[in-house]
Parts: sequence; C-alpha cells; structure tokens
Amino acid sequence: MVTASSLVYLIGLPLFGAAFLLLIGRKADKWGHIFATAMSAGSFILGLLHFFEMSSRATEDRAITQTLFTWIEVGSFKVDAALLLDQLSICFVLLISGVGTLIHIYSISYMAHDENRRRFFAYLNLFIAAMLLLVLGNSYLNLYVGWEGVGLASYLLIGFWNKKPAYATASKKAFVMNRIGDMGLSFAIMIAFATMGTVLFEGVKESVDRVGTPTLTAIGIMLLIAATGKSAQFPLQAWLGDAMAGPTPVSALIHAATMVTAGVYLIVRSNFIFDAAPTAQLLVVIVGAITLIFGAIIGMAKDDIKKALAASTMSQIGYMIVGAGLGPAGYAFAIMHLLTHGFFKAGMFLGAGSVMHGMNDEVNMRKYGGLRKVMPITFVTFGLGYLAIIGVPPFAGFYSKDEIIATAFNSGGAQGIILGSVTLLGAVITAFYMTRVMVLTFTSKARWDEGVHPHESPVLMWLPMAILAIGSVTAGYLFTQGDALVSWLAPLFAKKEEYDELMPHSVVTVLAITAVIIGVTAALMKYQFKSVDAIAPSDVSLATRLARNDLGQDLFNEAIFMRPGQALTQGLVIVDEKVIDGAVHGIGSMAVGSGATLRRTQSGYVRSYAALILVGALVLLAAIWVVTQ
Amino acid sequence: MDPYNYLYLAALLFTIGAVGVVVRRNAIVVFMCIELMLNAGNLTLVTFSRINGDLNGQVVAFFTMVVAACEVVVGLAIIVAIYRSRRSASIDDASLLKR
Amino acid sequence: MLEIATPETVMFWALAPLSVLAALGMLVVKKAVHSAILLAFVMVTLAIFYIAQGAIFLGVVQIVVYTGAVMMLFLFILMLVGVDASDSLIETIKGLRWIAITAALGFGGLIITLIARATLGRTPVGLEFANSGGNVEGIAMLLFSDYVLPFEVISALLITAALGAMVLAHHQRTNRRPSQREQAIARFRTGSLSDAAGLPGPGVYALHNAVDVPALLPDGTPAPTSISATLKARGDVIESAQFQLDVVDPTVKEEK
Repeated sequence: MVTASSLVYLIGLPLFGAAFLLLIGRKADKWGHIFATAMSAGSFILGLLHFFEMSSRATEDRAITQTLFTWIEVGSFKVDAALLLDQLSICFVLLISGVGTLIHIYSISYMAHDENRRRFFAYLNLFIAAMLLLVLGNSYLNLYVGWEGVGLASYLLIGFWNKKPAYATASKKAFVMNRIGDMGLSFAIMIAFATMGTVLFEGVKESVDRVGTPTLTAIGIMLLIAATGKSAQFPLQAWLGDAMAGPTPVSALIHAATMVTAGVYLIVRSNFIFDAAPTAQLLVVIVGAITLIFGAIIGMAKDDIKKALAASTMSQIGYMIVGAGLGPAGYAFAIMHLLTHGFFKAGMFLGAGSVMHGMNDEVNMRKYGGLRKVMPITFVTFGLGYLAIIGVPPFAGFYSKDEIIATAFNSGGAQGIILGSVTLLGAVITAFYMTRVMVLTFTSKARWDEGVHPHESPVLMWLPMAILAIGSVTAGYLFTQGDALVSWLAPLFAKKEEYDELMPHSVVTVLAITAVIIGVTAALMKYQFKSVDAIAPSDVSLATRLARNDLGQDLFNEAIFMRPGQALTQGLVIVDEKVIDGAVHGIGSMAVGSGATLRRTQSGYVRSYAALILVGALVLLAAIWVVTQ
Repeated sequence: MDPYNYLYLAALLFTIGAVGVVVRRNAIVVFMCIELMLNAGNLTLVTFSRINGDLNGQVVAFFTMVVAACEVVVGLAIIVAIYRSRRSASIDDASLLKR
Repeated sequence: MLEIATPETVMFWALAPLSVLAALGMLVVKKAVHSAILLAFVMVTLAIFYIAQGAIFLGVVQIVVYTGAVMMLFLFILMLVGVDASDSLIETIKGLRWIAITAALGFGGLIITLIARATLGRTPVGLEFANSGGNVEGIAMLLFSDYVLPFEVISALLITAALGAMVLAHHQRTNRRPSQREQAIARFRTGSLSDAAGLPGPGVYALHNAVDVPALLPDGTPAPTSISATLKARGDVIESAQFQLDVVDPTVKEEK
C-alpha cells in the first residue's frame, strides 16, 4: 500500500504548498486557501494510509525510516536527513494533519475578509510542514530543524496582523522566549554529541548506559528548558497569553493543539534519558505541577476568552508534563491527554473564534452572555469540549486526566501524595474556570454592547467544530478501550514497574468527579446565580489582581531579566561611546590635529621648503655624525 | 698645506650657498646661490681627483658644469616667464601651492 | 705623498678667505647686480683653485662657461627684470632667517668635523702621473672612451634645455603688432607733442628726446635751426633757455 519512501510527502505536500503560495504571489489570492487546504488534507490522508499500514504490521516492525540525503558529514560524524515514523510519530502526524486540516477549513471562512488570506494559508502550511518534520525527525538535529520551523511559523502567525504594534510585540516576545528554550535544545544536542558522539534517537538510547548519570541529568535539564520554552511551562510561560494576538485559528492549531505540545513530545521521545536521570525527571514533574496550578489560577481571573483558554492550555500542558515526568507509568497517559486535549481545546478555541466572529471581534467575556440561544451550534460544540476538559465521564478529558491523577497518586511516597493533591486541586480549579467561561459566554444574561447582533457562524466554521466535538466525546473512550493507546505506545517505553496501588483507581475516579462537582458548583454560585457586571469590578482581592496580571510573570521577567539586561546594554553603550568611539574619534581628531599642525609647515613658500630641506640635511648629517662617533 | 683645506673651503661655500637659497627672496639671487653650491661641489670633485690621482673626478665635474648650464638656461627662462606674467621676481609671490 | 708647494699654499690662504667673504657678501648686499659680481669673483677664484690643483681644462671651462656665459646670462636677465622689491633684505617669513642661520651653522660645523674625522686610508697622490700626457688629453681620453655614452646623453640634454628655454621664453602675441606707421600716427594724434618722439632710451642722460626741444650747440646754447619751423609757428616749441648748461635748473621735474 504505502511504503517508507512516501514519508517525505507527509512533509513535502504542505511545504510545497507554503513555498508555492508565497512565491506565486497575489495571482493565487482567489484559490490559494483551497490549494493549501488540499495540501494539508493530502498530508492527512497519507498519514491515515500510513496508520492503517502500520497497524497491519507486527509490533516490532511498525517503525519505518526513510533516509532522504546525507545532511552533515564531518569525519566520523554523520547526520542523515532521515524520517522516522513509529507509533509515537503517527499519533502526532494524525493529530497535526487532522486538526490542521480542520482548522484550514475553518480558516477559509474565518479569514474570508482578510486581504492577506493567501499568505495566512501559506504560513499555516509552513507550520504543518515544520511540525511534521519535528515529529518525524529520526535525530535530535532533524527535530531541531522542525523545532525552529514551528517557532518561525508561530512568530509569523502571531504577528500576522502586525499592523498593530502590540501584536508585533507579542510575536517578538514569543520568539525571544522560545529562543531561550531553543538554546536549551541546542545545548542538549551539543552535550549528546560531545559525550555520545551521536544525535540519533536510536544512538542516544543505546549510549545511555555508557555515559554517567550527571551527563544524562545535564541533557535532561537542557531538554526540559527546551520543553518549557516551546510548551509555555514555568518559568518560560509568559509568551503564551500574548500569543493570543494571532488569528483565532492559529491559537487553536499552534497554541493549543500542536506546537505547544512539542515540549511534551520532546520529553516523551527522550524517555530513555529521563528514565536514567531521576533528578531531571523530578524537575520535570515539579515544573509541570507548578505550571498546572499557575495556569489554572490565571485562568480563573481572565476576562478575555482567548486568554482564559490560553491559561487553560498552559495548565493542561502542565498535566501532560507531570504525566511525562512520572516515568514509564505516565508517558502514554501524557500522550493520551495531549491527543484528547488537541481535540477539545482546538474545538473550544474554534468556538471562541466563532463567538468573536458573531460579536464583532469582542473578546471580553463580560460583554457576552446569553449566546446559547443565538449560537446553538457553537454552544453545543463548545459545551462538549467544556465537558471534556473538566473531566466529566464519559468525555475524553475524563479518561486522560483521570489516568494522570491516578498515576500521580501512585508514584509513591510523599511525592505521590503531593502530586496527587496538586493534580486534584488543578481539576477543581479547571472545573471552576471553565464553568466560568461557559456561564459568562453562553448561559448568563446578555450584556452585549450596543449595535452587536450575534449570529451563528457559517457551515465551514461550525463543521470543523462539530468534528472536533465528536472527537472530544469519543476520543477518551476509544483510546482506553482495551488499553488501546497504552499498548500501542508500549514498545517505545521501558517496561512499567509494578507498584502497589496506593489509591485504587475507583477511589481516584470518585475523587476526581468530586473535584469537578466542587469546581462547577462554586462557579455556578458565583456567576450563574448572581448578576455579572459588564465591566470588571476593581474592588477585588489581592489574589484576583495578581491573577489578572498573570501572577506577575511579566513583572518578574522585567525585574529579573529585562532591567539588568537594559542596564547591561546601557553600560555597553557607554563603553561603546566612551571607549570604542572615543578611541576611534581620538584617532580621527589626532589625525586632524596633527594635520592642522603639519599644515602650517606647508606655507607654499619655496624658501620655507628649502629651509626644511636644510634642516633635514642637518638631521642626516647629525645621524652620520653620531653613527661614526 | 693639506689638500683637505680645499674641502673645508668647499663646505663653507656650500653652506653659505644654502643659507642664501633660504634667506634671499629675489629669484635670480636664489639661483646664483644654487650655482655657488654647485661650484662648491665641483671644487670637492676636483680636490678628490687630485687626492686620488685620477681624472674621473674632473670628468664628473665637467658633466656637472654642463648640467648646471642646462639648469641655468631653463631656470632663467622660467623666471622670465613668471616675471612676464606676474611682474615680480620674488619667489615668495609664487606661493600658489598653498592654495 | 702629495707635497704642496709654498706658492700654492700662499695663494690658497690669500684667495680662500676672499672667496668666503665674497660669498658671504652675496647674502648681504642689497642689489642683485652686486651679488652677481661677487659670485663672478668667487667663480674666478675657484677657477684659479682648479688650475692650481692640476685641473687646467676645468679651470678654463670654469672661466669661459661660468664667468663668461652663465654669469652674462644672469646679468641679461637682471637687466630684463630690473630692480625689484624682492631685493629687500627684510625677512617676511617669520623666524625663517634664524632657522636658516642656525641650521646652516650646525650643518657647516657638522660637515667640517666630519671631513676632519674622515680618513682616506692611503696617502694623497697628486695628479702628476695622471696629467703626464696632458690634462686636456687625459680628460678627452676618458670622455670619449668610458664616458662617451653619458657625454652623448648630456649633449642631448643641453639641446633639450635650449629648446625648453626657447619655448618658455617665447611670447605668443594675442593681437597683431601695430605697424611703425600706426605707432607714429598714434604718437602725433595725442594731445601734446611733448612725447611724440618717444622717451629717451635707457642709459641716456637726457630729459627729453623730442622734436620740440632744440639741440644744444657746443657752447651750450640752443641751436634755433634744429627745430622745425612749423613747430615754431604752432607755438609747440619748449623755451630753450632752460636747457642752457650754465642755467640748468635742478628743480625741474622730468616730464612724462
């Protein structure tokens, strides 16, 4: 059916689409969006074919590799540009190209009135290509190319409406903060190359036993930094909220479903390193747990629907990171949550886009309300996503989140208790803030501005939302049916250790459902049964104010990094002006000064020149006189 | 007496000629001082010829005289040309290099 | 070993101080003509020194070429250029004179001490052997054998220099030269006839060289017949009494 040699077309189709649309220019304005959607859909269909092909093979033969060309060859060091499709990659390929195609379709309508729609679709295709390269690379170096590619696409798409300075700044902020993470990844690659002599996933996996734990810990920490940058985890989380400046389909695709989960992919892909470096693994869990709570708290206070969803994304990725940090027991659940989250969060973002579409691009939830009746399809699809994320059975989020909470409790000792409590607390808060979003937008009384006439979105927009909503409903059940996903991925990871079940699964389920009920009830009490002001109240507690300000993440960054950086820059400017420019100007003015002095000897009088000749002869004679002394 | 005395004399005349070139402003006098310096040089050549018992020095002095004659002819022609256009024989007036 | 006879020694000590004095005089006399005469004197003494040192040919050439030709050329040009403000001995460039004198003193002192310090490494020999076949013949032998190529080159240089001097001194007329007739008519068409005959030639002691001034007879009285009757009739004759030698008025100004 399909062979390994067709792997390149997975990336090639969208890459060709991007290059073609960017190069051909305005001529493609009329049909560029359809072309780009076709490219993305082609990639998805090819991915599906590969998936069926792979499922038909025996477990040990499932991974296939296509070597494209020799990329780097220096002495004994050789890197091929090669693609690896295994059980983990195929999950991502389907997620990226599938959700990507739906969002392409959605964007056709959403961006219909934008004069740069063709460029937008070219960037989307570029993103799909880069993201597929990221998950298909067979070495850290190939992954790195895709890693930078998605960074570029993210930068271009966040700043797509770069006529607004704030949006351009947001894209720059995302780019710079991602760069810190990228630095971590490049350091990890360098350490791996220096100590193991290879950057292939396979090669590194085999070399894990040869190198010491400190080296592995170093690589692990560097990979973690990379993951925090790309996945908006603490302490590099600040860019995600601002990234909402981009068009909503971008937020759905890049900043909810796919790119931000690349950090999770990186950690899961590097499972052999983290398994051998417990310190790094512990750090992963800590980072995930902090971000989980951090994002959830911010989510409670945000009135901007996209920023609330972004905070939620941050929090949900925190769950995935916690899962990935729990070792062989958690990898598969992290991936599962990643996939279900890809469905329901993308669906909710598209729903938010639909709401904004109907509300004249208003993003403040306090100006929404009562949209249930005027936008029924959006309400239903968004509501299914909502049920999925807060973890109501039998929706997708219930299965995946439940598994992570259970694994956290069962990781043993004090760590297990703390982690379990944190994830459970996260579930409470998630239920609270998602209910808040739901109530403020759809079920509370209308608080619309004058002249706003909300209406249901066209079919091209609600169809992708509906498909994603179906995914939100069914994905969790499908993945857990007979441990489908876990056993599918199992060959990639180390064997799960047998552990005593500290908490039986049923107890965890009861706890989780209780947490959801608490969160939902609190939110309903506060928002559904009380009137909500269209203007955010200002006499609020310090905690709320802090949360509204993203818990001071920007203040922190400014105080710790920006100010010293500016001071350093100013110092360098002074050094540059006083020392370097001073030297340059000094040489210049020295030349000018000596020129002005010497000019006076050039009187134009032949006699003064003759006198100079005489003096010169005198000097020569004096020299001879001294030498022959 | 010592033949070197001629050399001392030549050195003195040469030096006086050099001073004359610098301190006099009349182009013709300057030219004459240059001639004086050339003559002093010739005197040393003749004296060296005598000390070495070799006529080569005198031949060189002869060439010097011819060259000096050429130089005088051209130099004076230049002075006349300048005088004709500027009505002045002062070499300080011809200081256009300054500007 | 070169022995210098007493007559040469005497001659040297007599002429050398004089030539130095004459050279110094060149620097301090005001008139360029005087400088030229002093230079001619220096050149003659040098010619004598050449002859005394056995360079008879050069000595003669020195007198013929330098004092004869070159110095005459200088004097011609001096006549052409005339007395000039540049003859003034006032220094116009500040400090230049002192720089020149100081440098020259140092230069002279150094070169004399260097000559005194220099050693030949062998004894001076004199030109008795070299001049045994005659000085002129000896120089000719060298000029037309070893130095024949430089000799030819320098002859080319001489011709080039002569041509160059002609080119430089040549004055290209930009308008037609007035004919003699036109000049005469122009003279007589002016308001007064006093300069109709032109100004006196250079070197002539006369106030007038004109048709309207009577000639003087050997006794000093004006000759009435020396003046055209027409001029007398027109009243254009200058009263001749003032030109009588015994009554010359020294206050009379030259008429231009």
